[in-house]
Amino acid sequence: MDQGKIQKVAGPLVVAVGLTNSKMYDLVRVGEEGLMGEIIEMRGERASIQVYEETEGLGPGDPVEATGAPLSVELGPGMLEAVYDGVQRPLDALEAQAGAFLARGMTAPGLDRAKVWEFVPTVKPGEEVAGGDIIGTVQENTVIEHRVLVPPALSGTIESIEAGSYTVTDTVGRLKAADGTTHDLIMMQTWPVRLPRPFTKKIAADEPLTTGTRVIDTFFPIVKGGVACIPGPFGAGKTVTQHQIAKWSNAEVVIFIGCGERGNEMTDVLMEFPELIDPYSGEPLLKRTVLVANTSNMPVAAREASVYTGITMAEYFRDMGYDVVLQADSTSRWAEAMREISGRLEEMPGDEGFPAYLGTRLASFYERAGKVVCLGSTDSESRTGSVSVVGSVSPPGGDLSEPVVQNTLRVVKVFWALQDQLAFQRHFPAIDWLTSYSLYLDKITGHWAEEVSPEFRGRRDECMAILQRENELAEIVRLVGVEALSAEEQILMETAKSIREDFLQQNAFRDDDQFSSLGEQDRLLQMILLFHHTAIKAHEHGAPLKEIFAAPVRDHIAHAKYLSDAGAGEFDEIASEIETQLVGEGPHGLETAVYAGGER
Amino acid sequence: MREYMTTRDIVGPLLLIESVSDVTYGELVELEFPDGTRSLGNVLEVDRDVALVQAFEGTRGSNPSQTKVRFLGRSLELGVSRDMLGRVFDGLGRPADDGPEIIPDVRRSIYGSPINPTARDFPDDFIQTGVSAIDGLNPLVRGQKLPIFSGSGLPHNQLAAQIARQSAVLDCSGDDEIGCKAEGEFAVVFAAMGITFADADFFIDEFRNTSAIERAVLFLNLADDPAVERIATPRMALTAAEYLAYDCDMHVLVILTDMTYYCEALREVSAARKEVPGRRGYPGYLYTDLATIYERAGRVKGRKGSITQVPILTMPDDDKTHPIPDLTGYITEGQIVLDRNLHRRGIYPPVAVLPSLSRLKQKGIGPGKTREDHADLSNQLFGAYARGLQAKELAVILGEAALSDTDKAFVAFADAFEDRFIRQGPHEERSVAETLAIGWELMALLPRAELKRIKDEYVAKYLPVADAAVEVTG
Repeated sequence: MDQGKIQKVAGPLVVAVGLTNSKMYDLVRVGEEGLMGEIIEMRGERASIQVYEETEGLGPGDPVEATGAPLSVELGPGMLEAVYDGVQRPLDALEAQAGAFLARGMTAPGLDRAKVWEFVPTVKPGEEVAGGDIIGTVQENTVIEHRVLVPPALSGTIESIEAGSYTVTDTVGRLKAADGTTHDLIMMQTWPVRLPRPFTKKIAADEPLTTGTRVIDTFFPIVKGGVACIPGPFGAGKTVTQHQIAKWSNAEVVIFIGCGERGNEMTDVLMEFPELIDPYSGEPLLKRTVLVANTSNMPVAAREASVYTGITMAEYFRDMGYDVVLQADSTSRWAEAMREISGRLEEMPGDEGFPAYLGTRLASFYERAGKVVCLGSTDSESRTGSVSVVGSVSPPGGDLSEPVVQNTLRVVKVFWALQDQLAFQRHFPAIDWLTSYSLYLDKITGHWAEEVSPEFRGRRDECMAILQRENELAEIVRLVGVEALSAEEQILMETAKSIREDFLQQNAFRDDDQFSSLGEQDRLLQMILLFHHTAIKAHEHGAPLKEIFAAPVRDHIAHAKYLSDAGAGEFDEIASEIETQLVGEGPHGLETAVYAGGER
Repeated sequence: MREYMTTRDIVGPLLLIESVSDVTYGELVELEFPDGTRSLGNVLEVDRDVALVQAFEGTRGSNPSQTKVRFLGRSLELGVSRDMLGRVFDGLGRPADDGPEIIPDVRRSIYGSPINPTARDFPDDFIQTGVSAIDGLNPLVRGQKLPIFSGSGLPHNQLAAQIARQSAVLDCSGDDEIGCKAEGEFAVVFAAMGITFADADFFIDEFRNTSAIERAVLFLNLADDPAVERIATPRMALTAAEYLAYDCDMHVLVILTDMTYYCEALREVSAARKEVPGRRGYPGYLYTDLATIYERAGRVKGRKGSITQVPILTMPDDDKTHPIPDLTGYITEGQIVLDRNLHRRGIYPPVAVLPSLSRLKQKGIGPGKTREDHADLSNQLFGAYARGLQAKELAVILGEAALSDTDKAFVAFADAFEDRFIRQGPHEERSVAETLAIGWELMALLPRAELKRIKDEYVAKYLPVADAAVEVTG
């Protein structure tokens, strides 16, 4: 391998000479301590290297060693429940080596070499396999069955394969390729992070990814394989929203990338996830989670790499046939890392100092999401997997016209706009219903009709229309007061308030409110709309607005979101209370005379 | 010792030195100018045999041909010891009082190392600051970084001093519903960057008068001290804090003031280097740089001590979207925002409740920490105050008569809230029980049906059944 020498050190960027046989994006080892770095520019014999660790103490003349391989991740059993840094070093292994504070030049393999796994083959000797085919399984933990795949570039006949206890580098079988060469099959694959993993074909995503967050699932849904972004100023709740999705979404595997964010937030995830129980599997959430933690004070170049590390792992689980959610918090910090490196390279800047290729990089990252038919021969048509990507964006000053937001909006299909005004009112999640959008709505309406109810879409649209109308009327109310509105409009204003407070607001820290099933969301909407229509009818029959608005059932509607799914019966009770209190007889019912019409 | 007299260029705080060898990035440099003055510096960039050095104490008196440059072969370090308590240092960690030199227990690089995220312990010990606007609504917890966003002329210094004076952790092991103050070793590390002598003197006086000085370490870089030195000052302070917290098991409160001047020093160096600027001329790496300061707050598993940070920054023109408060807010765990209008109306502390936030409050309050109703009550206070302010705005346009009875109740609530809950004396210390009691008294001003965010059982248990409660419908 080449041995080069440092010429220049400027922050995370090092320039070296003598790496003539190296290629762009090759991994190198810098200095006596062997710090990890990646070649990102080559001019003549000068190679610019972004170093993933603190460069203090490096100077001209220090050695640089080429490895001849690009930055890659190790894929195989043992990734789940792990916490990695931006270049897939397990943080607990680093802690064991160096203590509570990160030291430099440490190495630790992404997958534990000593750990033994029970491998069960699913193919027999003599069978033909192609790249991407499943050759066996490992029960990685009680939740996830790890499917061992033939590396994408390999195909041929299985010569031997045997069940047993293996480490990730032990040979589990042998494969004879068409050209007569034989290959050892091991459970671990390595894959360059900047290269998307191959698949058979992309297909349309039409199944909702439910998150348990009402405003998302009902109003701005995302699909399995979809892409969404959450922009918002600080304090608006980006991270809490991301955590909610990581906790309660119906994906099978969650990859969470803490990209240049707070250390304590990662600690929060680490403390909370082993305790929280996944509503789908009944097991701790951590068992389906991989964490990539590159906090804001960790080296900036590793932050740039962390999103690629994360998405490559996501693709690997997708290739097994799983639905994966990848969360990147925050893509702005990733973009800033790019800007910092670009500045050190003295590249000509684009908008606000960001490199001109910002848009391309963002687009090619988000494009790695999607629902696919997995690579492989045997069951290629039946095995599908998906990667959904949810990226948060932290625009400076909350200004959505800045380059990262704008470039992101060009590629994502769902936009959850967080508003600090809503956060100030403690309306959480502070997702603004007027500016947010989802382009997947029409794709999943059919699914909703089958799985939830045929009227769900209609109810959703009606509520949305009420909220829109409220916004228009609010202008009038501000100028001339609520009395200036017609009775029907006043009822609408009350209903909109009810939608906001009794449906959209959701407390992520309250056990009985943090997760809402689609069925429950439908019932809540149904109830709010029932009150709305009944109120209009009651008023037509002469009931005074004051009395309608004071109906005690409204208190029950306000508390309905805290009912669990099991309480479906209580929904019916509330529905009948609406009837009796607004139009019927009863202790709080209106005078019988006013509904003389008697229909309903 | 490698000494050179090969300076080529001097630009602002930067020197370009030629024909050097074995220089490393970040290396500490001693400069000796022709008139005999000395300055410390460090290497910002080294390209072959040319080194770019930033001089912490300025370049006045230097010239290219006669400046001696010595590369010291180590990075900027601080010798730390327990004896630092009660002492005052300059911005580069040299004694600035009449006391003797510190005999260091150990020398540490001021740049520190990031805490491994898996080694962090989650901050969840409630700190009682004795200030209702903080304890009741946006509580501070041990290991948190909670900045004060202020503006020039606002009493952020008084508030920071009050927090430093009164802060205590509650001991909930007793039978009391709300614990009493816990004992424990507590220290304050104070770093001044570019503030005036008067401001620094205020803090020193405050510390002296309450004998808090015994457990304080002060690092002072004042307005007339070299600007570039400010880049090192907060790191000096945090290196001392880390020693006290993780080696001496102390709970350390670090006050950094004023971060705005720190960022301006950073911009000065960046401009001198002709770097591509980000927003408003601040360098593109401002976020990363600030993170290396703020992220040094925290707790570490297996160590008894902790570092809690209260950085203070004055927002230029009270603009929260300015890059300094903006990037700070993205790193810190919330912010306490001071408001000029409240201040003008004579309300101390002028904490603007709505934009203020403590991200860790959910973990620091509740049964076993403060009281079961704390979270719900603070939620309801927020919501009610926001609604009261909205109603007030409406009243300005339409006149008070146009408000519904409910809205009138909220207006009355908002006024009482500012007057009784937010307002308190600079030397008035309220226990969290007192703070919650005031909150509940205010709740009584609202119609019972409007207390939607509080669990019914808490309302039944804590709402005072005074005749002040108004029943309003409609």
